[in-house]
Amino acid sequence: MINLIWLLLLAGGIVYAGFTGRIEVITPSVISAAENAVTLAFKLTGVMCLWLGMMKIAERAGLVRVMSIIIGPVIRRIFPSVPPNHPAMGAIVMTVSANMLGLGNAATPLGIKAIQELQKLSRDRDTATPAMCTLLALCTTGVTLVPATVIALRAAAGSVDPAEIVGATLAVSFTAAAAALTVDRIFRAACGGRVR
Amino acid sequence: MLLLIPLAGYLRRVRVYEAFVEGAAEGFQTAVRIMPFLVAMLVAVGVFRASGALEDCVALLKPLLAFIGVPPELVPLAVMRPLSGTGALGLTTELLASEGPDSLIGRTASTILGSTDTTFYILTVYFGAAGIRNPRYAVFVGLTGDITGFFMSIYICKLLFGP
Repeated sequence: MINLIWLLLLAGGIVYAGFTGRIEVITPSVISAAENAVTLAFKLTGVMCLWLGMMKIAERAGLVRVMSIIIGPVIRRIFPSVPPNHPAMGAIVMTVSANMLGLGNAATPLGIKAIQELQKLSRDRDTATPAMCTLLALCTTGVTLVPATVIALRAAAGSVDPAEIVGATLAVSFTAAAAALTVDRIFRAACGGRVR
Repeated sequence: MLLLIPLAGYLRRVRVYEAFVEGAAEGFQTAVRIMPFLVAMLVAVGVFRASGALEDCVALLKPLLAFIGVPPELVPLAVMRPLSGTGALGLTTELLASEGPDSLIGRTASTILGSTDTTFYILTVYFGAAGIRNPRYAVFVGLTGDITGFFMSIYICKLLFGP
């Protein structure tokens, strides 16, 4: 499926530019996008090192276990295929916590860590497991308690009450997460359920 | 968190510096591993945007969505949100400047930005880091979240802030 989407975006864009007589924009946009991707990866490196380092300390200090006690019961029900004491569970707990606190740049490295831990439980290394799809559903809709970036953006634009959208954001992200998790369950059942 | 974690670690007799460096080393390897995935996805999205295809998709969707009560100003944001985080941020900034942050459109745009995420980016980065080439139905699941978030934002904001 991802193959088709990728091809559609790439080939569709090139053909479309050809038809509308803008074919000359393609080459520069491709080059700059490729450069941006590497810049982005390097920018991510610093943040990733920082938060994965913090994560290691939190793990050794037993902080992950404390978080697990708080939100663990819910997470365990959402990820039935992950053994409760596997490191993947701790990483998932940390990702969801970071998402809830609106720590966008901390959530990404922690989410990556969680996916890598889930990969260790996988038999087919090229294909996403149901647990990985569920994690993705949780991360892309992310139940956000404090949308820090948006509040800052609104304050900068001169809003009278920048934080007034918090209630709406909470309600929406909760519904979106519920919808994504439901669709995830349907697909999981359709794909033959119990495979890890 | 930056203060609390090391402090708690120190109090629990963790060798904080050594633990940090050990964790950080993993971060570097991961960043290198996601690069090819990121290049592939950003190039495809970049071409789609530069060709004008994205803009015309938006133009096509506008009357359709206006028919069911979606403000046309918000359509570009809805299409951009799953594809590009910085693009969506830029569009929201523009909307806040032109419509005002405390207008219904401004509030709805803020809610959309705050409650959804860049699905394709997350998909690329997360699955790239694990070396997964076939994400199966994860794309659909992520997009379901985005679409639900978009329509719910419009509905809830109308309910809360509408006239």
